[in-house]
This record gives sequence, C-alpha cells and structure tokens, in this order.
Amino acid sequence: MSSPHGRRRTAASLAIAGVLAGLLGCSTPRDVAGPNLVAAAQAPGRITAMRRLTEAQYRNAIADIFGTDVKVGGRFDPIVRPEHELIATGAAESTISPAGFEQFDSMARTIAAQVLDEQRRGAFLTCQPADATQADPACARSFFQQIGLYVFRRPLTAAELDFYVDVAGRGAEPTRDFYKGVELGLASMLVSPQFLYQLETAADDGRQIDSWSKASRLSFLIWNSVPDRMLLTAAARGELDTEKGVQAQVARMLASPKAEEGVRAFFTDFLHLDRVSNLSKDTVVYNRFTPAAAADLKEQMLLTVVDHVLTQDKPYPELFTTRKTFLNRRLGLMYQTPVAKAEGWEPHELPANDERAGILGQGAFLALFSHEGRSSPTLRGRAIREVLLCQPVPNPPANVDFSGFNDTSNAVLKTSRQRLDRHNTDPVCASCHKITDPLGLPLERFDGVGAFRTTENGAPIDASGAFEGKSFDGAAALGYLMSQSKGPTDCLAKRVAEYSTGLTEDKLPKGWLEELGQRFEAGGFKYRALLEKVALSPEFFALPEVAEPAAKVAALSSPATPTQGIR
Amino acid sequence: MVKLSRRTILRGALNGAAVGVALPLLDCFLDGNGQALASGAPIPVRFGTWFWGLGVTEDRWKPTKIGADYDLPLELQPIAPYKDKISILSGFDVILDGKPNLPHNSGGIAIRSGVAPSTPTLPAPSFDVLIADKIGGQTRFRSLEISATRDATNSLSGRGEGSLNPAETSPINFYNRLFGAEFVDPNSADFKPNPQIMARRSVLSAVADQRKALEARVGARDRERLDQYFTALRQTEQQLALQLEKPAPLEACRIPAKPADTTPPNYQIEHVIENHKTMAQLLAMALACNQTRVFNLNFNNGASSLTKAGSTISHHQLTHEEQIDAKLGYQPESTWFVERCMEAFGVFVDTLGQFKEGDGTLLDNTLVVAHSETNFAKTHSVEGIPIMLAGRAGGKVKTGLHVAGGSTPATRLGLTVQQVMGVPVDAWGEGGLHTNKPISEIMV
Repeated sequence: MSSPHGRRRTAASLAIAGVLAGLLGCSTPRDVAGPNLVAAAQAPGRITAMRRLTEAQYRNAIADIFGTDVKVGGRFDPIVRPEHELIATGAAESTISPAGFEQFDSMARTIAAQVLDEQRRGAFLTCQPADATQADPACARSFFQQIGLYVFRRPLTAAELDFYVDVAGRGAEPTRDFYKGVELGLASMLVSPQFLYQLETAADDGRQIDSWSKASRLSFLIWNSVPDRMLLTAAARGELDTEKGVQAQVARMLASPKAEEGVRAFFTDFLHLDRVSNLSKDTVVYNRFTPAAAADLKEQMLLTVVDHVLTQDKPYPELFTTRKTFLNRRLGLMYQTPVAKAEGWEPHELPANDERAGILGQGAFLALFSHEGRSSPTLRGRAIREVLLCQPVPNPPANVDFSGFNDTSNAVLKTSRQRLDRHNTDPVCASCHKITDPLGLPLERFDGVGAFRTTENGAPIDASGAFEGKSFDGAAALGYLMSQSKGPTDCLAKRVAEYSTGLTEDKLPKGWLEELGQRFEAGGFKYRALLEKVALSPEFFALPEVAEPAAKVAALSSPATPTQGIR
Repeated sequence: MVKLSRRTILRGALNGAAVGVALPLLDCFLDGNGQALASGAPIPVRFGTWFWGLGVTEDRWKPTKIGADYDLPLELQPIAPYKDKISILSGFDVILDGKPNLPHNSGGIAIRSGVAPSTPTLPAPSFDVLIADKIGGQTRFRSLEISATRDATNSLSGRGEGSLNPAETSPINFYNRLFGAEFVDPNSADFKPNPQIMARRSVLSAVADQRKALEARVGARDRERLDQYFTALRQTEQQLALQLEKPAPLEACRIPAKPADTTPPNYQIEHVIENHKTMAQLLAMALACNQTRVFNLNFNNGASSLTKAGSTISHHQLTHEEQIDAKLGYQPESTWFVERCMEAFGVFVDTLGQFKEGDGTLLDNTLVVAHSETNFAKTHSVEGIPIMLAGRAGGKVKTGLHVAGGSTPATRLGLTVQQVMGVPVDAWGEGGLHTNKPISEIMV
C-alpha cells in the first residue's frame, strides 16, 4: 500500500543517467568508480544466504530504479510465515514455484517494455545506438553496466556484462530493433535469481558478508528497498567496513523519507498486518466492514506507528499507551467519531480516560485476532503472547473436545467470558487458556471489528484480567502494564535482529540479543536508535553459522486461521 | 528428454469408435495410453485433486454396502445423480507413527506426500506433482492450482522442502492467464509461431545459462532452493517451446466468455460456491483445450473458515463447539456444511461431464481424487479420511464402487493414482505409511 507521505517520483526526476555518472560513468569515469569497483567486479564469493525479495521489496526496487510510474502487475508467490517467526526469516528459506516463476517472468517483461518504451528510454540510456534497427554492443554495454549495478545491487562482472550484451544483440537481430534487444536483456536480468533473491556473499576474510551485501542489508533494513548511489559508493570505497562509515550511512538513510517504507515493512511483518488483505468479516454481523475498511485499519495502524516511532521518535513502550492515532471518514463511521476531512487521514487524539489506547486499541489488531462474526479473547490473548511478547503458546491437543464450549445463542452463557469459563472447567483446556485468556478478555469491550461496546448479547462485559501478577480492568490498563514491562521491548529487539539478518534466534550470534535489549533500554527504547544499534553491532555483518537449517517454510495452513484448533 | 513410449501405436480402447493410429511424431510422448479420435488426434488423460476441509460425519456419509451400487447416506445424497461415475473409499488411515497430530494439517499433508509431517509443511513432493512430472510436461501449464475461497496459500500441492504451488484466487486473473493474449486456439485454421514467445524463450534460456556459476557458490541447502528455481524456469521454457508448435485441433475446446466481476474475497459459503462454479468452468475449458493435464482445486481450506451469511460462527468453530444433538446423534449445523461441500463436488463432476470428447466426456478422460484432511473434525481424527474418486481416466479405472480400506494406509490412494497415470512406482510412503499395495478394486 502506498503511504500518504510516501515517495512520489517519476522516471525523469530519478534521472538515473545523471545519478549513475558519478559512480560508474558512461563516458567520464570519476574517481569514485576507481579501483574498488573494478576489483569488486570480479566474481563474487561464496553465497551465504538467499533471501527472496518480498512483494513490497520488489515493488520498491522497481520504483527506486525505474521510477514510480512504471507499473508492476502480477501475483507474487506468497512467502509463508514460519510458525512463531517473521516473514523475513521465511524469505531466507523460501523457494519459487513454477506458477510463481511464470508470474515473475510476466512482470519482468512488462517492466522491461515500459523502461525501454519511447517515453522512458531516454532517461535510462546515456547513449544513442548508431543505428536503431541494429545491435549496438557499446551502447547496450553502457546500459547494462549502469542498470545492472542497481538491479543486482553490485557491479556486474565482465562475464555477466558480456552475457547481457550478447542477449541484447541476439534480440535486436530478428526484431530489427536495438531497443527490443536491450529490453530482452533487461527482462532477463529481472528474472535472474540475482535480482529476485537478496544474495549475500562472504567477504574475502571469511568472517563477514562482503561490502555489497552489507549495502543491501542496510538498505533493505532501513528502506525496504535497494541501495542508492551513495550507499553503493560507500560500499565501493570500503566505507561499510568501518564503524564510522556505517554510522554515516545509517544516519543519512534514517533521515531520508524512504525510512518510512522501512518502518512500515518491519511493523507489517512484526504485527502480522500482511494478513489484513485476506481478512474478511461476516457482512451481516459487521455491515460496515468491507475490504476497503480492512485496508484502512492497516493504514491506521501504520500511520500511528510511523508517527510514533519515526516522526516523533517516541519510546516504543508508549506505543501501548498513546492516545494519538489517525482517522478517515470510513473508520470514523465504524467507530462513531466525526471526521472533518472528506478525503484522506486526519490526526485524532482520544480522551485521556478512553478505553482505547495504543496498539491494543487499534482496529487492525482487534479485528485481525477475532473470528469472522465475533471477537475472540483467546486469539487476542494468544497474539499478545506470541506477537507482542514473543512467547509461543502451545497448540491444543488434536483430540481436544470443545463440546463444553456452548454456542453463542446460549440463553444463559451470553458473554465470551462466561462461555470460556465453562470451557475452562476442563483442566487440559485450562492449562493453555490461563495463558491466553487473561490477556484477551480485557479487550472484550471491543467487538470483532474493534468497535466499542459495553455489553454482549445484553449482558454487561467484565473486562478484568491479569498480567505479570497484576490485576486490572480493561484494554487501556493492560496497555499501561505492558508499557511498564520488559517483555514487549525485549521481543521487539529480538524481532528487529531477526528481521535485519533473516536469521532465527537460534542462529543469531550468542549474546547479541541480550546486548541489544540492554542497549535498547539505555537508549530510552527508541526504535530509530535500535536500528542504529543493530546496524552498528559487529554481529550485524557477521557470517551466519554454517549449519544447514531444516525446511520449514510453506506452511499449508490458511492465513485466515493461523491458530487453528484453538478458540 | 522425451522418451519414445513402448507402444508407438495408440490402442483404440473404448466402444469401438476409437481406432488405432500411428502417433504423429510430436505426440510420441503421449505415453501410449490415450484414446484416439477417428481424426487421429489423441485424447489426453488428465489427473486432478479436489479438496474439501473438515471431513464428514462418518455415520451420515459412509455407505454400508461395499462394492457396486452402494447406498447413499444423507451427507452423500448430493452426489446421487453422478453415483455411477464416483467411487467412495472409506477406511483408509493416516498413520502418524507417534508424530503429533497437527490439527487440520497432518491428514492432508500425509495423504498427499506419503509422509506424516512434523511441521505444517509438505515434507516430500505431493503425488499430483509426481504425476505432473509424468504427464504435465507437454502442455502450456504443468498444473493449475485453484482456491475457491480465494486464498493463494490454500494448496496441498508442492515439491516438498518448503515449495508450495500457490493457488489461483481470482476468476478474472485465471481467465487472463488461460485465455489471454498468449492463448493459441487449437481449432484456429492459421497458425504462426508468436515472435513474442520466441523472444521470451530466449530470455529464459539466457538465465538458465547462469545456473552453473551460481550453483558453484551456494551451500547444499540453498542449492536445493536454487534447483527449484531453475526447475521452474526450465518448465516455463519448455512450455513456451510447445506454444511454438501448431496444436492439434480439439473438438471440446471453445474459448469461454470472460467471467463476470468476481465475488468478494471472503469465506461466506454462498460466495465460495459461486466462485467455485466459475473456476470449475474455466478449469474444465482449460482441460478441454489441452492447456494443462493436471489440476488441484481446493473448495475450502483445512480447518474450513466457511461461514453462513449472518452467522457469528464458522464451519471450523462449529465442528468443535456444536454439541452432538442428543436426539439426532450428530451436529446439525456442521453437517449442513458437509452437505454443501458434497454438493460442490457434484457440481464439479457435472461440469467435467458436460464436455463431449470422442464418444465420452471430459470426465471419462480424467481421474479426480477428492479427499479431506480429517475424518471427524470434532476430534481431528485422521483414521478413515473420506476419499472419493471420479472419472474413468480414459478407461483405466472402474467407477461406481465403494471400497473399504480396512484400516490400511491412506497412501495406497497415492500409489494407485500414480500407477494409473503411468508413474513407474511400486511402493510409496514412509514409515507406517509405506505401502506397495495399490487399491486393485478400482483398477481395470
């Protein structure tokens, strides 16, 4: 989803030609393109990780390289979230299926055709072919040298360059069109594993990833996109091998408007907002809940998060208590709050004593972890444990008998709490439900789409709960207690470490998480500072352990029922 | 590389109308099993799966009579008009060998891959992929996957090791993929190889050339993933090559009208039924036009999220939370969903039966395996997972039978259908699921 404050650029303003001249130089190479680049253009080393680009990364890469007006149309093979993990770590295990490849192929061709069409080609080609009806190896070479740097996130090797020049030549001949030939070469580049995967390679010293891989790791972490000219230049100059060099780049990148895309990408993964596009509600029960409203809920959450952690640079724990959010007309209707602006979003501040506060009061969280036709204290409690506190909850035994849990039309057991209490008389059920329910029941004053209510089926709702030994009433109180706990901050630090490296906790360098947790605290729990600390840790660029992980990617369960079998 | 079949002459198989003909050179990969029309064009045999989630109520579904002319308990009644074209398989068990029963995952994955999984992922290739390896290489699409609930991950098809064939979710996208600009009408009089396709092919060949250099740089685990990438690429390339040949005419092939605007992406059963109907039509046309020979259609997901308009509770929740009615002896709301699933299967079988091919129908030249992921959803039982077979696979299987498995491994199904479709395999499955006994009752 594009952000309201997001980047908007055209191919012309991108002016790759000018941008590139400084780095590689079509005709007049400057010193930045000097010996480092040439040396690095030798065959890259051992591949230590293959992280498939996510849909957002692919789209951002195309927009950054070719301009936001180049359309990307197609269906992406989903990268499935491994159980209790991030999609980012799933990406490091993800494969491309035949049907998925077919789509990548079709997208590559449409993108290449747009880039080389008559309107756009001038922005990307710094030379004119001697004869437009024939191959022109020199001109094609300059194109692939420049574009290849961005597409593969490193300079092409001499062999690769020869190869694409050859493809373009073979394409130009039968079509009698130089540009068609270049287009075919570009399409070929865009379906290459070197574009579709973030390939991380070992540096010569065998202890770290190489400079180009470092540049990609930084840019996908902070921008969720490909490195820009300055970052690649820093890589070419060896600046990413020094703390000072990395620090300068990280500061520059965090100050860029593109950092918003990075924050959005991390929190989408962290908070499972990827599932919002598959979220559906019973339209008879929740007649205002449409796919558009679902998209709004996700945007509301992301606007709130971006404003809090990036724009205002406030401590992460306060994201559990903040009364600040954003509303548009459609959500205003759902939450019975007047919204002045007919179009777009406006900041909104809830009253200080409101039941709704922070992440736990966001419609996206409340609706995502509910059933289609009603709320679910168990799904919500489980999400708080697993998503926000990084504490996996066991699945119920396969032969569990739910028959004690009566249906919602029961005349006596009107509220979820009453029904769950009945169900919890079974000690087998109770052992897990006592982990989840005391955190989910306090949110019961919000229904299955997150609208406020005080009763369920005519009976008043009891929103009492307990967290870390403290009893309380309602969602706002739970948010406050979570803001005072180390659980959520340790969990966030761990997730950022996993997200940035594509490695699960067991493969991260020993002791790194503890250290990050301490440094996060010392820095006042600021997300920006956490990103800096991650990027500046020696562990960030360290090569992963060589152990081969077991395959655990394409979970076959439906994303609409992530916690199958648990109520 | 294509190998010549032992039989280079097609055998006329059915009703005398078909005649033995010499195979045209291009068709030497046809495996020699097909029926041939008087025109000489062979009719391909297709294979597909049809999945529904959350099983059945065994007492209300399983016929009591074994063999032909089986009885139809209430939940099976929706298939009554097609009974002679459908076989029922009961009593085939998923054996977990002490592995945990992952609710709504273990059953379906084990049936498809022959291995009881430890995580909710395919640990080995699903049998439809193994069959596609045998018969899917000669069509534009090696296989087509579809989710009527419009969820791309609603798929049990994949090569194992984390690879999953995602499902098509939108009828319009599905239509464009099948019958868009690159569709070559087999019945069109003039054929010219499409230069765009030639160009695309060269693009892919170019990428394939990078394989060696890349593989030399990766570790074993990533090499497997890289192999999957290059396998996918190679398949696309081969399929493009096919589009450069003039296709044989096919009498049942008609280019369908573009489907109307799609149903909203939710789990409301009325929408899913409608979407399934549209997708089934498109799929049948893709089969009739020889765009694919293998398919996997998922009516709903395991742990079915289906809902009824206005109900606050999903099919899945119902199976667990609904009381077994003391008087009726079953869960009345849950059984309603089972009946809708059976009706939908009837619709699918009926759709394939509407296409005339040779002296039979598309259904006669197809083998459809329908199965669920559990038997009784309330307890997630994986013993006696309900299975149905439809179609005669070009005369290679018998229909209209009820076969009782007697608690033998459910992998016998996968072994049987692989053998029927010509995969050279004599035993399949791991551990307690290992079997070398096909279900001979249904084989001709």
